[in-house]
Order: sequence, then structure tokens, then C-alpha cells
Amino acid sequence: MAATPDESRTGPPTPPDGGVFSAPTQVMDAGDVSRALRRMAHEITERNHGVERVVLVGLVTGGVVLAEELAARLAEIEPAAPPVGRLDVSFYRDDIALRRVMPHAVTDIPVELTGRVVVLVDDVLFTGRTVRAALDALNDHGRPKAVQLAVLVDRGHRELPIRPDFVGKNLPTSREEDVRAGLDGVQLRRRTTGVAGDRGAVTGSEAR
Amino acid sequence: MKHLLGVIGQPRAMLEELLQLSDSFAEVNARAIPKVPALRGRTVATLFFEDSTRTRLSFETAAKRLSADTLSFSVSSSSVKKGETLRDTALTLQAMRIDAIVVRHASSGAPWQLARWLDCSVINAGDGWHEHPTQALLDCYTLRRHFGSLDGLRIAIVGDIKHSRVARSDVWAFTALGAEVTLVAPRTLLPPSLEGWPVQVSEDLDRVLGSSDVVYLLRMQRERQHEALVPSLREYTARFGLTRDRAERLADRAVVLHPGPMNRGVEIAPEVADLDRCLVLDQVANGVTVRMAVLYKLLAGSAADPHDAVGDEAWGPIRSGGSDG
Amino acid sequence: MADLHTFVLKGASVLDASGRRSADVLVRDGFVAAVGEGLDAPRVLDAAGCIITPGLVDLNAGLGEPGAEEAETVHSAARAAALGGYTTIVGRADTDPVVDSAASVRELRALAEGAACRVLPSASITVGARGERLTPMAELAALGVRLFADDGVGIHDARLLRRAFEYAAGLGVVICQFAQEPSLAAGGHLHEGPWSARLGIGGIPAEAEEVVVMRDLALARLTGAQLHFRTLSTAASLAMVHSARRRGLPVTAEVAMANLLLVDEDCAGFDPATKFRPPLRSAEDRRALVGRLAAGELDAVVSAHTPHSVQDKEVPFDEAAPGASMLQWTLALGLSELTLGEGGPQANAVGLAELIGALSWKPASILHGTVPAGTALTYGVIESGAAADLAVIDPTATWILDPAAGASRSRTTPFAGRSLRGRVRHTIVGGEPMVLDGVAQR
Repeated sequence: MAATPDESRTGPPTPPDGGVFSAPTQVMDAGDVSRALRRMAHEITERNHGVERVVLVGLVTGGVVLAEELAARLAEIEPAAPPVGRLDVSFYRDDIALRRVMPHAVTDIPVELTGRVVVLVDDVLFTGRTVRAALDALNDHGRPKAVQLAVLVDRGHRELPIRPDFVGKNLPTSREEDVRAGLDGVQLRRRTTGVAGDRGAVTGSEAR
Repeated sequence: MKHLLGVIGQPRAMLEELLQLSDSFAEVNARAIPKVPALRGRTVATLFFEDSTRTRLSFETAAKRLSADTLSFSVSSSSVKKGETLRDTALTLQAMRIDAIVVRHASSGAPWQLARWLDCSVINAGDGWHEHPTQALLDCYTLRRHFGSLDGLRIAIVGDIKHSRVARSDVWAFTALGAEVTLVAPRTLLPPSLEGWPVQVSEDLDRVLGSSDVVYLLRMQRERQHEALVPSLREYTARFGLTRDRAERLADRAVVLHPGPMNRGVEIAPEVADLDRCLVLDQVANGVTVRMAVLYKLLAGSAADPHDAVGDEAWGPIRSGGSDG
Repeated sequence: MADLHTFVLKGASVLDASGRRSADVLVRDGFVAAVGEGLDAPRVLDAAGCIITPGLVDLNAGLGEPGAEEAETVHSAARAAALGGYTTIVGRADTDPVVDSAASVRELRALAEGAACRVLPSASITVGARGERLTPMAELAALGVRLFADDGVGIHDARLLRRAFEYAAGLGVVICQFAQEPSLAAGGHLHEGPWSARLGIGGIPAEAEEVVVMRDLALARLTGAQLHFRTLSTAASLAMVHSARRRGLPVTAEVAMANLLLVDEDCAGFDPATKFRPPLRSAEDRRALVGRLAAGELDAVVSAHTPHSVQDKEVPFDEAAPGASMLQWTLALGLSELTLGEGGPQANAVGLAELIGALSWKPASILHGTVPAGTALTYGVIESGAAADLAVIDPTATWILDPAAGASRSRTTPFAGRSLRGRVRHTIVGGEPMVLDGVAQR
């Protein structure tokens, strides 16, 4: 998932709906992300009175590495790190008829979820549709006692009644903007021309 | 990718993509409730001009585990002979708003013709002696799960190659994925020309046996002895059957595959069919898995993959110490 | 009205068995009245830049009628033929019912009344083409039947074929053999070779044809009868026929245009339009056939026109009926794909005279005996006194083959959409323009 600049590319990048993106603006750097994750780890253990019954489940692809990082931070403040799984929600999306969504990794839920607290972890929270699909997918893996949601960036524009429990950074954006979030930082870029109606931007795993 | 018609000449990348996608569905199939809503609202029709309950059930199971609706259309050859052409039958089905047709036909090439006439996806579930692409995929998937990779595997395909769609598809899929294939059969059961086939040929199973990682046995049809292709099934078994004696001379890591249904006592001895190294039941289970992958690949969405459209390369490098703008 | 039957074809060059020269052709009352520079008549048919050749003669045209009128009638076939430059076509006897009796010959003659070109019947060798009893050949010969064939089946019983040869030899008729050994061809739909193996379709080996050619040449030698092979398709078959004739045997052979243009690989898309009988052979066979044509060694190139209704081809390849609609396109396909175009050198190019000869005066000479008694027709040379059966071909006209625009009721062809070079402008049958400026007059 490392953002590798493509030197061979000429001209500005092209958004999927047409138009042109501006150069990215740095919103958080790696140090900022690291501090935010440490705070979120504290919030998770505080809310759940420890992490004995907690399972971290990263959403493929952007949430997986964040879930692992959160587990590592929790291991620093708790006797043992919680188990970490990953969930690919491709098969549960409600927009499959509109767009081809191919799974990027095999779902791996290492423990029985029934009776546990599942913390879903993702990079960017946008419309909420990925999270909705994730809740459906979780259903097929058992019946957790509770499900909580941790995101590195909440950029707003929810289309469903979903709210995060743990947030790295609230980042007000417009629909024409695009957000990328990872361990190495958070960037924002703006579509400068050719705004394509109501489809909004597509970013990370938070594809509408 | 709109249709899956054949694997002959398909690039390695396409086969590998489907095998990799199959891993996701293997995970689904391992769950207590092996079902996902991925193809909800889609309709998959099986159109079998030739009976094959096994293949039809495998496709229908795959479709149902993806929450697609299924429709089964079996056409006895007699009703077709009454004057309805292949095209008529296909257009009738299309009028029912089908998203994909899974077709089995005794005539080579029939799925290619259907694909020319129809707007929906066409999946070849076996045509004549020509191709059986999902069988090839499930065979590859079975071997990949067992050995990790097909690269460098030595595979002997034994039996009636000439009349076998399984052999034709397997030869090209196995070799595309890096395996070496040897066909083992009497001259009468080989195609009239192997020009351009990436294979070696032997008439001596015993010489090939010890150095094979995989022995792939084909079904020996009883009719073949009446067509003077083999003198008798007894002689066939003596020369090309995987007898108990031959099974003992297999390499330690060697496995046995068969597309089913097996003729125990003809191409395979009853005891050999029950050995752990005989992966026939794995093949059946994997059949559902790879067919889920094929259906999903063909039917999930129609536009280009958004992951292709939104490339990470569109982003610039992260600068350290950037402002919190 | 008499004036209508006198006209001059102006501005063309004449190509016939005697060579090629610049000349006008004056036609009067069904015959060529004069050939030379600066001829004139009140009625002038423009032939500027065209080639005037003796009308084309097809020895092998499927008529459809009787039995399959929805696919073709005698009149629709004749119209397509005339548009394709043919002035005479010989209908195959493989209709339903088979042409095997005086009554069926008379019926066909009646159907051919008023058709756009001459339509002559052929008849089967055995009753119903069942390979059992001989047809009344003497009676049929008296009605003008010259070619006898059990088309699409052939005669497999060597003793029966010997009897047919012996009986026919005294009548001056020609026994035509469809050369395919059924036990070797059984279950086959495609030339046996790498493509049949790859496509998983049963093959018909070249040898299925060659063993019959070999045997029949021996029987022809034994009986001294005139033997004509239907649609040979392999290099070895033609080599055997060629060397037999050099040894003095009265044997001829025809080749279907499709076998000169297409090969087995063209069937790779499983399009039933590419299914033919005999099958499209290997590229080597095709090269050898074209080489024979270029060397002037082919006795006849035939259309092997086979009308089908659409549903005959909307089935899988192995269930589909073989053959295609060819009469209207055979000449243009040959000109476009085999002869040297304006575009420059082309390997194995066939000369214009060799192509036209194999489509016109060479098959005419095989058919020579069918000329109705009392007429003084000479075939192959356009000279004063010759029958005015003429094709006027514009060799530079370019067009696209559109089966729906054809005159034949049957539209199945693997050549749809091909760019063609060379087109028939006028077809004159017995002194009457049946095609004028590319438009059928009947």
C-alpha cells in the first residue's frame, strides 16, 4: 500500500470520474499518525476495561496494517495483545451491480467471535457503506457481544447512520476531495475541474 | 472478462487471477454458513444438452452460495432434434433475463456460438471433446493447494486423450502454470495430430510412473472397445490402468487425480481409489470453490475494476513534517 | 423487335481459349456475328474496360428444388448464377427426390423454362442414390443428361461402380464420383489434422478421399470409361489424377472454389458457415490446389453451390449441413483472392486466363455432349458463329460481398463482408442479355 510516486507519469493524476486532481496536501505525517494510534489504543482499553475480550478486525485493505499497529500499541500497555483478524467485505457490498469489486485478501478471523467485542479498524470513514458491508460480513462469522469502530480519519459525508467509536482525526472535507491515510501519514487532494455529479470521490477501501 | 469459454491459449495471469480469487471462496466454503450475498439478484441458468448431474449440481451450488438465483434447463437431445435450433433455445433463455448461462453440449464449439448470439455471460461446462475450463481450473486449484505451485510439476495424463475435453483443457492450463505434461495412451486414443501441443507422449505408463508427481487418470468409456480403439478393457487395464501394483511404484509425494465418475477396476483399481493420495474428493469440493470464483468474476459488476481506475501512483510522496492543514 | 436481338459490346477486350485481344463483339439472333475493332450496331452495350469471356459453366450447382424450395429454387439459383457470370449450370441430382428417372429430368427441364441462364440436369448413378440399382442411363442420356453422380454419397461398392462404368462407356456419358471412403470419414466434420485435434472435432483424413481416387482410377483403367471426380480437395488426389491422365486415361477432376480459398484453420471459430464437404483442407493442400490452377492443370473449378435455410447453420458445427451459397460470388472471389490485383505481386498468383478457363471453357468441354442436337455451338472461342453465351466482367470494380443483397434465397456464406475486386457487368445467354449493368433481367 506504500504510495510510490510514478516518475513516468506525465501531467496531473486523473480522478476516476474525470477532471484533474490538485497536488496532495499533507494533513498528518508519520509522527502524527503514530501519536493518534497510541491515543486510540488507550481509548480502546479504557472503554473495554482491558482487551481480554477484544478482537481487532482490520478491513481489507487499508485497515489491516492499522489493526496490527493498534495491537502492537495495546501490547505495550496491556499484558497481552488482542488477536487481530482481517475482513474482506467485497462480497457484501451493496454496489456490486454498479462496479466490479475484487477481493484483495482472504478473510481471516482467527478466533470465535461470539461473546467477544469486535473493534473494526479502517483507514478512512466516508459514506459508511464499507462499514455496513462489514457488519453484514461479521454476522456470517458469529455473534459478537458488541462491535465498535476505529478509524484513522473521519472525513464526514455519511450516507448511513454509522458513527465511529475511536477517531484518529476528524477531517472536514468536501465531496470533491480525496483522502489517503496510512502509517506514513494522511494526505488530501482536491479535484480542480470536471466535478462529476453526486458520485463523490473514491478513496482507499471506503469506495462508495 | 465476459465469458469463460476455454483455457486453451489463455495467459498464465488470467488463470492465476481466478485461482487466487478462489482462495477467498474457499474461506467462505469453510464457514458454518457457507453463503455470501455477493450475487444477490443475479440469475444463473444451467443449460445442459448432455446429462451431467455432477457438474450441474456443482455450478448450482456455487451460484446459490453466492446468493444468485438458479434456473435449470435440461434439453433432451430429442426435443432439439424436433427442429428448435441451438440459437432458438438460447434466445428463449435470454428472454427470461438471465445473467449467465452455464452450458454443457455434446458438440464441440457450441458455447462459442452461444456467446456470439447472446448478450449474457456464457460459461462453458464442457463442449464435446473440446474444452472443460472449470474442470481445468479445479484441477489446477487442487494441485496448487496440495503442492503450493504447479511450477515444475511432472504430470502424466493417462487414457483416452482423443475424446477428452478434460485432457485438452488440462494440458493447456497445467503447462501455462509451469507444469510438464506427458500424455500416456495407445496411439488409437491420442488425437490425430499433436502439432503445437506443449506435451510429451509415451505409450508406456510404467516408464512414466516413477518420475511423475501427478497421475491424472481419464475415464475409459466402455464403447471404445466396440470402436476397435482398444482390443478390450482388460488389455487396457493391463497396460494403462493404475493397478495396486503400479500404485506401489508411485513416488512418495505423488498424487492421483480423476475427473470422475471413476470406473473402478478399469482405469483405477478399487483400493487405489481409496488411498489418501487420491485427491478425487478434494477435486469435487474445489469444483464448487472455483466455480464460485468464475461466477463472481464474470457477474460482479460490469464496469472496470475501480482499483485499476484509482491507482495509488496518483499520489505524491509523503513529506515529513507537513503542516496539519 | 428484331433490333433488340442485335447489339454490340464495345470497348472491351476478349479473353477466350485462343487468347486475349482488344475487340468489339457483335451479337445477332443468339450468335456471335462478328468480332473485331470498330463494330457498330444501333444498340450498344457499354463494356469499356471490361473483359468479355465465354459464359461461365458450373458443373456442380445445388438447386434446392425440388425438396428445399425455402432455401433455393431453380429460378433463384439461375438468377444468382447469371449475376455471377454463369450462362450454364448443371444442377446436382441430390435434390429431394433425387433426379433418377425420366420423369424427374423432365420436371427439372420444365422448372428451368424461363430461367436466367441455362440449367441442365444431371442424374444419379443409382436409383435414389442408394447404391443398389443403376438408373435408366440410356433413357436419361437421350433426354440430354451428360453427368451422372451419386452426389454427397459416392459409389462405394467396387463391383457396382465397375458396372456403372461399363454401362456408361457405351452411352458417351460421364460417371462422376464423389470421392470419400465412408468408414474413414465416419464421425468427421473437419479435415483431420492439428485443427481437428485442437478443436475436438472428428476429422476426415485426406486419405478418405485419396483411397477412393486410387481405386477408381484402377477401375477406370479396367473399363476405359470416362471418369470425372467431384470436388477433389487434397494435393495427392490431384497428383494422382494428373499422372493418370498423362498415362492416357480419360479422367477429369473438379475443385470447389471454397477449397481454393479457405483452410481448416478457418473453422477455428466453430462457425458452421465454414463447414464444407469435402472439408476445408490444410494450408499445404490449398497451396497445391492453387498451384495446379495457376499451372493450368485443373479441369474445372466449380461453385459447389449448396443452398441452406438459415436454421441449417444455426446449430452446432458437427450438426450443421455442409456447403455455402456460392453461385453469385465464385467468380468475384476467384478474381479477388487468386488473381494478381492492381495491388502488386502476390505469391502463387493465378493468371486470368487460367482462372476463367477453369470456370468456363474447360468445364464446358467436359459437358460438351449436352449441347442439344441440331445446334452448332462451339465452346470456348468467341468467334463468328459461336453461341452468344458471354460474360462481360469489369475487372476493376470493387464491392463488398453482402449475402442479403444476393439473388440466391440461400445466404449462408463464410465470405460475408469480404472486399471483392471484379464484377460481372453483363451476362449474355443465347444472345439475350440476362444481366445488364449488374442487374438481373429475369
